[in-house]
Amino acid sequence: MSSSFWFALPLIVSVSLVYAATRQEEVGAILAHAFRVAVWIAGFMALVFGLLYLVSMQVS
Amino acid sequence: MAESNDSQSNVQPIQLRDPLVAGVLAWLIPGLGHFYQGRNAKGALFAICIMGTFLYGLYLGGSRDVGWGRAVYFSFRTNDWRLPWLCQIGVGFPTVPMTLLQWKLQDKPILNGFMAPPALHLPEPADNAAPHESPPPSRISLAWINRLLPHYFEMGTVYTMIAGLLNILAVYDACCGPVPAESAKKKDETRDSGKGEEKS
Repeated sequence: MSSSFWFALPLIVSVSLVYAATRQEEVGAILAHAFRVAVWIAGFMALVFGLLYLVSMQVS
Repeated sequence: MAESNDSQSNVQPIQLRDPLVAGVLAWLIPGLGHFYQGRNAKGALFAICIMGTFLYGLYLGGSRDVGWGRAVYFSFRTNDWRLPWLCQIGVGFPTVPMTLLQWKLQDKPILNGFMAPPALHLPEPADNAAPHESPPPSRISLAWINRLLPHYFEMGTVYTMIAGLLNILAVYDACCGPVPAESAKKKDETRDSGKGEEKS
């Protein structure tokens, strides 16, 4: 189960870099923007995971 | 020669050359449109990120037993509408010709079933069927693919879909330049309104 989480990592990196590259032109700005986007995505996923985990605890 | 709007602070106008040609090239091969425009760093970034995601998805969605690249195929048959293909074609050349060719050759796929649609109307694998009982890649069904690649087939589908969708962003960037951030827009609006007041 825990190994499945690793599949998210390349996607987060790739999505955040491409998204940032469509909003910035300079490499430095792209990397900085990508980092913020990656943190946002990871945080959002963690939040959803936490909510689902709590729901599953209630159900079981 | 077209130029993008330069609403981002301290950014030189970007030379987009012919945006239509750049957009088509960017769709054909991720990053190619940006190389055409001389935006090499972004071209390399798009090529590596998008093609890397796509190729990893192809790797996940296939194996020696079921054939490689099975997560990407064209099929709009009864009970097998492959809607993810509509996202996967965002990658362009790596997807479209091969999937259409394999669709054309449906009964006799080439390259060991690479990007070929699975066979239909075959008996489902029995619950206790062993992997070595699977049909050859050219005759394998979707049920067998899911049996042999438990969740990797779905994961490969997701990766290749996301690669296709990301390339649509890259195509937009090649045609129109970077999307100005909201903060930059607001800054511009404030600056413009300030200029207007000064003039009046």
